[in-house]
Amino acid sequence: MLARAHTHALVGLDARTVEVEAHLQRGSPAFAIVGLPDKACQEAKERVRSSIKSAELEWPRCRLTVNLAPAGLRKEGSGYDLPIALAVLAAGRQVPPERLGEHAAMGELALDGRVRPVPGALVAAEAARRAGLPYLFCARESAPEALLAGVEAVPVRHLGEAAAYLRGSFRPEPVEAAARAAPFRDPDLADVRGQERARRALEIAAAGGHNLLLAGPPGTGKTMLARRLPGILPALTQEQALEVTRIHSVAGILPAGHGLVERPPFRAPHHTASTPAIVGGGPGPRPGEVTLAHRGVLLLDELGEFPRPALEALRQPLEDGTVAVARIMGRVLFPARFLLVGTMNLCPCGARGDPGVECSCSPQRLAAYREKLSRALLDRFDLVVTLPRARSVEVAGARGEGSSGVAHRVAAARESLAGGPPCPTPAASELLARAVDRVGLSARGHARVSRVAATVAALAGAESVAAEHVAEALSYRSPSELAVAA
Amino acid sequence: MTIRTLKRGRPGYPAALAELHDPPAVLFVRGERIELLEKPAVAIVGARSCSAYGAQVARSLARELAAAGLVVVSGLARGVDGEAHRGAIEAGGTTVAVLGCGIDRDYPARHAELARRIAEVGLVVAEYPPGTEPAPWRFPARNRVIAALARATVIVEARERSGALITADFALELGREVFAVPGEICAALSAGTNGLIRQGAAPLLGADDVLEALGIAGRPRPAPVLSAGATALLELLRDGPAGVDELVARSRCAAADVAAALVELELTGLAAQADGVHRALGTTIAA
Repeated sequence: MLARAHTHALVGLDARTVEVEAHLQRGSPAFAIVGLPDKACQEAKERVRSSIKSAELEWPRCRLTVNLAPAGLRKEGSGYDLPIALAVLAAGRQVPPERLGEHAAMGELALDGRVRPVPGALVAAEAARRAGLPYLFCARESAPEALLAGVEAVPVRHLGEAAAYLRGSFRPEPVEAAARAAPFRDPDLADVRGQERARRALEIAAAGGHNLLLAGPPGTGKTMLARRLPGILPALTQEQALEVTRIHSVAGILPAGHGLVERPPFRAPHHTASTPAIVGGGPGPRPGEVTLAHRGVLLLDELGEFPRPALEALRQPLEDGTVAVARIMGRVLFPARFLLVGTMNLCPCGARGDPGVECSCSPQRLAAYREKLSRALLDRFDLVVTLPRARSVEVAGARGEGSSGVAHRVAAARESLAGGPPCPTPAASELLARAVDRVGLSARGHARVSRVAATVAALAGAESVAAEHVAEALSYRSPSELAVAA
Repeated sequence: MTIRTLKRGRPGYPAALAELHDPPAVLFVRGERIELLEKPAVAIVGARSCSAYGAQVARSLARELAAAGLVVVSGLARGVDGEAHRGAIEAGGTTVAVLGCGIDRDYPARHAELARRIAEVGLVVAEYPPGTEPAPWRFPARNRVIAALARATVIVEARERSGALITADFALELGREVFAVPGEICAALSAGTNGLIRQGAAPLLGADDVLEALGIAGRPRPAPVLSAGATALLELLRDGPAGVDELVARSRCAAADVAAALVELELTGLAAQADGVHRALGTTIAA
């Protein structure tokens, strides 16, 4: 006897429909899974057998073959447990096969029959809707995600509940539509005392989407400031939120039971992270940190400590907003439009910029440290801010303005920039031309300063870019001593 | 690269070098304008690993002296020397680099591009044939050429036993004017220059000191027109170098306005910044 269940395989950020066929034949009892399952999927055998028994259902005493079609597509992970178990039950006519045919299913099984959530519920639910399947079996924790896709989730705690539901003797309790957004609050800018220069730079970065490099000796609050950038970015639009939720769902970093991600994400990979971990990779390519930071902030703390290949790999996403991961099994394009914040010390020993300590770096070491950041990468930072060590006078300053006030101005500036960037006044153009001569601004630097000046003008609510806006923008240019071989 | 040779006793050989008791037999020259070797020149030399103060003073001094028509002579080394050449080029002036190796060698490597620019507006010279490796024992000899080519020598920053002091000694031997830029009495980088002042070198308090000593009338420079914000900020910077945050706290202006005013000061050459610390330039003593 044959029965079918439907599930999905993740390919990049997409899901492909997979048919799970279970076939019972006469013969000595055996259980085989075919159709390119990976190790985790192969081990489903043991979990499925135990959970069917734990659910007090019958394990068929005959030869059992499960095929995952299309057979040429690699099946990874433990999400196939539930559909395999349901297909086996339907093949033994313990549940009605025609009812199962209207459902997609995903979930890992525990040995006692409980259903555990697996990554990618949102993507699977969307694929189910496309495939014309109105219902999706999933773990209760995954149900809010499935609801986002407009598919009716059948949240089950246990394999027994799923079987009872298919027989019509059980109705799962509905899950309240998406327990609203993560209750997590972004850290607030009000915690930052003093640091007026850096606060201003954060505001400009948020308003214009400019990448920001914070340089200074250790302990000047570079990381603390960078962590407060997501809090002043505008909330994601519905479309962006779905996009981000989809990515986080596939990566399995969505907290259980949460629905839509409504705040811009913040990612801070450690500098020991490998290049594939940052840009994405793996045999069945998985999104990397640049993709997880899509529509949010990517903080690279201690930029100079990252391996050079990882930094160079950032150039494509910074340029195109996407990252292509090519593997033998195929090429996957991941979105990666993020705001890059880098921090670095002014020298390898960290003492430079600190009036209290003398820097012990040899010129060669200093040059090597700075040359690691190629000009090409340095050119992507519209804003470069050097933070010298604060004197105690400033540390004692009052609490700064909170994030909500800043976010308000950022949102207004974004709106005005969306209507086209403001034009420069003649005085502004004249100043920029003078700066090109005087500080030797490159063509790229020129474009960068113009962009930042437009954002500064938008923040000021000005109709056009005035000279003072250009002057401020010039103060964030990459200073010559940070540039390679000054 | 076209290389010319100026032989001792032949036309074109700089007269100033003949005053040395051991003038170079040949001078190898890269660059077109050999007449620069006969024009009034000032040497600006100092430490390789100089402080931000040294770098900024060297640059702004070179800028002003080059603008007044003097040729700035230096040794193309890292630190003060490089800044002196850059300042002269920035001002649209002329500059001569004297090397302690062959003039075709990119030494130091990071100044290869700077050497190319110097050869465009000025000269790169050496007494050693092309291909000669840089070696520490050649640098003192190179310093005597620097001292001889210049009518006055300015030491910007020097440790107690710095090569720049050798240049000063040669200049004194030749009876040329020697200036030393005063520095903090507790900074090791200023021990050499402050020591020179104790020995009788003239303390350099501004570009006008050099011009006056050489009998060159500085072009009357119109005072730059500054915005009110920039003027106020310059006053604050005169109290000592400061970061933006400190200036924000002291001026009670917004960070945006302070940033804009600092750029204005930088573009007019009245202030400079390094590692986030801004410093007012120019003397505080009336001429």
